[in-house]
Amino acid sequence: MALRRSLLWPLTALLAVQLAGCAPEGGSGGVQSQKLATITGRGKLICGVDGKLPGFSFVGSDGQYSGLDVDVCKAVAAALFGDPGKVEYRDLNSSERFAALASGEVDLLSRNTTMTLSRDAAGGNGLSFAPTTFYDGQGVMTPANSGVKTLKDLAGKPICVESGTTTELNLADRMRELGVPYTPLKFQTGDQTYAAYLGGRCVAVTSDRSQLAAKRTSFPSPDQHILLPDVMSKEPLTPATVNADPAWADAVRWTVYGLMQAEELGITKANVAAKLAEAKANKNLADLRRFLGVEGDFGKQLGLPSDFVVRAVTAVGNYGEIFDRNVGPGSKLKLDRGVNRQWKDGGLIYSPPFR
Amino acid sequence: MTTVLRRLRSELFPTRGDGLLSIALLSLLALAGVGFLRWAFFQAQWLVIRANATLFAVGRYPAEQQWRLWLLVGLLAAATGLSWGVLRSHPRRDRTGRLWPRNDRVAVAVLVLAGLWGPWALGLPLHLQARWWGLLALLLLIRWLAGRHGRRLGPRGLRLVALIWPVLYLSGMVLISGGLGLVAVPPSEWGGLLLTLVEASFAILLCFPLGVLLALGRRSDLPLLRWGSVVYIEFIRGAPLITLLFLGQNILGFLLPGGLAPDRVWRAAWVLTFFAAAYLAEAVRAGLAAVPRGQFEAARSLGLSYPQALGKVVLPQAMRVALPAMVGQFISLLQDTTLLSLIGLMELLGTARTVMANPAFLGKNAEVYLTLAVLFWCCCAALGLGSRALERRLDPQTIPSAS
Amino acid sequence: MGPEKQPVAGDVTPWWRDRRVLPWVVQGVVGLLVLLLIAFLLGNLVRNLTAAGLLLSWRWLNQPAGFDISETLLPFDAGMPYWRGLAAGLVNTVRAVLTGLVGATALGTLAGMASFSRNGLLRGIARVYVEVIRNIPLLLQLVFWYFVVFLALPNGAAAIQLPGLVLAKSGLYLAGFGEGLRWTVPHLVNGVWQAPLRLSVEFGALLTGLIIYSAAFIAEVVRGGIAAVPKGQWEAASSLGFGWLATLRWIVLPQALRVIVPGLNTQYISLAKNSSLAVAVGYTDLYSVAETTLNQTGRAVEVYLILLGVYLGLDLLISLVMNGVNQLVQIRER
Repeated sequence: MALRRSLLWPLTALLAVQLAGCAPEGGSGGVQSQKLATITGRGKLICGVDGKLPGFSFVGSDGQYSGLDVDVCKAVAAALFGDPGKVEYRDLNSSERFAALASGEVDLLSRNTTMTLSRDAAGGNGLSFAPTTFYDGQGVMTPANSGVKTLKDLAGKPICVESGTTTELNLADRMRELGVPYTPLKFQTGDQTYAAYLGGRCVAVTSDRSQLAAKRTSFPSPDQHILLPDVMSKEPLTPATVNADPAWADAVRWTVYGLMQAEELGITKANVAAKLAEAKANKNLADLRRFLGVEGDFGKQLGLPSDFVVRAVTAVGNYGEIFDRNVGPGSKLKLDRGVNRQWKDGGLIYSPPFR
Repeated sequence: MTTVLRRLRSELFPTRGDGLLSIALLSLLALAGVGFLRWAFFQAQWLVIRANATLFAVGRYPAEQQWRLWLLVGLLAAATGLSWGVLRSHPRRDRTGRLWPRNDRVAVAVLVLAGLWGPWALGLPLHLQARWWGLLALLLLIRWLAGRHGRRLGPRGLRLVALIWPVLYLSGMVLISGGLGLVAVPPSEWGGLLLTLVEASFAILLCFPLGVLLALGRRSDLPLLRWGSVVYIEFIRGAPLITLLFLGQNILGFLLPGGLAPDRVWRAAWVLTFFAAAYLAEAVRAGLAAVPRGQFEAARSLGLSYPQALGKVVLPQAMRVALPAMVGQFISLLQDTTLLSLIGLMELLGTARTVMANPAFLGKNAEVYLTLAVLFWCCCAALGLGSRALERRLDPQTIPSAS
Repeated sequence: MGPEKQPVAGDVTPWWRDRRVLPWVVQGVVGLLVLLLIAFLLGNLVRNLTAAGLLLSWRWLNQPAGFDISETLLPFDAGMPYWRGLAAGLVNTVRAVLTGLVGATALGTLAGMASFSRNGLLRGIARVYVEVIRNIPLLLQLVFWYFVVFLALPNGAAAIQLPGLVLAKSGLYLAGFGEGLRWTVPHLVNGVWQAPLRLSVEFGALLTGLIIYSAAFIAEVVRGGIAAVPKGQWEAASSLGFGWLATLRWIVLPQALRVIVPGLNTQYISLAKNSSLAVAVGYTDLYSVAETTLNQTGRAVEVYLILLGVYLGLDLLISLVMNGVNQLVQIRER
């Protein structure tokens, strides 16, 4: 099998290149995706992550990556290969991430990236966004004893910010709106930004509120830092692929939706095997059977194995489990689900139907 | 005793003004020294180094494959011992009449002290400490054996000993990256000192032939070759390395057909190579300029072909002249690997940044940076010392010694 | 030229051994290969960029940047276009390079001269300084200066106060001519330092790192230059009654400059290029602005073209000036 695949993939890749210019053939489940062919041929997924952000993507002292963003990579790898370990992580800083994606350096960007119009548009960065995995907003953190209560108190003060982020632009917009002069201190990476903030160089640091909360837990004395009540912007943090390969984007999109749908259906890492057995045994559970790939050809339509949802959930659990483990009650961050609850509970996490 | 005192006096107190200056400098030095020692022993928390020693050494290299690196270090120790011993058994006298290798015993003493103290200071588990001591013992044993029996090696034997190094390098790369029946370890999992050394050694080895070719091109009579070399050299030397590295990471993907671009670790290594080659070419060019033109003409008139005259007569002389400048380039190349941390590679400085982002070690900047500085200093200084020793060895005035 | 055979009638040299033809064949082949390679790469570039919708265009330079830059000599705010931001970055780079050049030259000359001092301790310190600094990567030194030294500076009244200079975390404050051309020293107003001249600690860290690193190399250049002056010059000067410093200043240095200036040129150029490491310590130089611009616009190729062009221009400028200086210091034969 492995041999056959290794013989086949250069041919497939070649074919894909030849066909890339032609109009994609419509029809019976044949998926033309250069990216998918490349990834399966390579035998692993290359995933761009932050790498230094606890809760989202972080390398522990054991050298292993963990976090919500990392689990998205693992889920996609599991959907493709049945093995969440077949991922190569690339630490990308915020200013190189889009170039890395555009040049094919990484297959998937799962790096707390905000979805925006200009990043999505073909005339802008030309990304294709998957479903949002974390709805966030931009906040400001300052030391509790700094006396800063609102954004206006920051007049003339230095504010630390990571360069090349939407945060940087929002900050500029917001301060201009308020007519407050300020000094932005920009750093290439998050770790340097927070090092400068902790070093007392800035009176405030601004970023996504989840990131601020995540970083705060790692500070020597977390209770001495407060988040200002102002929320400057909407920051839907979303995995992304390139516009140029819609089939690959679809595969990622529906793998992520699968994680969300699994939570809605109560399928967890622990009971997914039992649910699968149940679906196989009972022909009347048509919805479940389609979702788990027992019948129908959803996987094939996406260019994925038919049981891709089962594989992904077996590897990392459903969306709720991923959230709890990495940023929710099961983690050090202890973030509230907030708007990231399922739509049935009044949140924004909503998977379109698997039909 | 009195001579020492007299010497001290003439060095420190040649005039009254100098005496005052000396006293001021001495007290400043003492103050700084005491402050530093107090910090190092009572305030600094070296746990950040101990707890992350593996990360600093090899990055995320899989634990179950690390025996390969141990094997490599063992082979390195053996090869070092062998070469050292053989060199010792063929002493030469330099033009000042001193025996080469000089300071042999001092080097052994330093090595023994560092080898015994280092693993202990890092707080490694006992079995790992023992492993380092074993390696040290291996090195010294082979050095002793080779030193005793090295004289029996003829010129062919000597050439064989020299051949060990390229063979060792190639097998080392196989041991590190896998293949030939070993499980592949992708470059993205290399890190720390391992990655720094792989990148630096790769670039040093490959930039050398490239640099020589460019230097020859620049001195060539053929206008196209000359101008091509000039444009390349001046373009590379005019650009900051960091832009070239980013270019390699971000643009190379656009320049090559999809999926053909090498891994980013190798991509960075190639950028370093092409970068260093331009500087090396200038060093070699200076060396070539120092060889009188008559040498080349004489060689040609003796019937040597162009490549022969170049390879056997001109280049060896040019290399000897260019050696110090070339080693200077190699040292700065080794230092330049720190820039890889700016493009997200996990070499020493990149690893350091990850470690310092770890909540448990936040704010331990001074300890980490200082350790890295010492490490880099040792590597660079060793390269410098080695080059000076080689210079003396290659000095035509150096004569084989009878003793 | 090799041993040449007398041409005999009918003995025609085949073209592949003809010394007149061969070089051109070699050049032609090499040139063709290079051209093919370039064509291949450019072809790919155009194809890939078209696929990504990023074909070369410079229109974005006129769009508003949307980000702010702290500490600019050239006024800049988020409403101004990208090109203005890049220009502000360039001015910041030039500022760092120029101050760096002056500082490194001064310190390097001192250290280079110190290695010829009669005082053994001073010689030793100069030697150790050069050997330690040259063997530690600049980037490591920069982050050390910034994160370990400058960010540990105290603030407000606790700041380190030297005559005419105050070192605080909020910045470095220098005495100078303030309002109405009155000599003003740094002073505290409501817990905030005020001074005619204020540098940010980012600039301070960059400058300190650059100066100390480059000065170690310049010291070696100066030392080499002084060592190249024959010893007899020293002896002659001292027999004429010149002191050590006077000999150095009036007799030795002017002669040493001939050797020093070309070496300085190289060091100056690498200082200019090394200034791009400012990005690691949060100083907004040209490179830093370019990186932000690249990220906000996605225009990688254009931004790199600008960067490479500007740095090449800076290097050429330095070389030009130094060549002029070199001609000034050469000994004029009479």
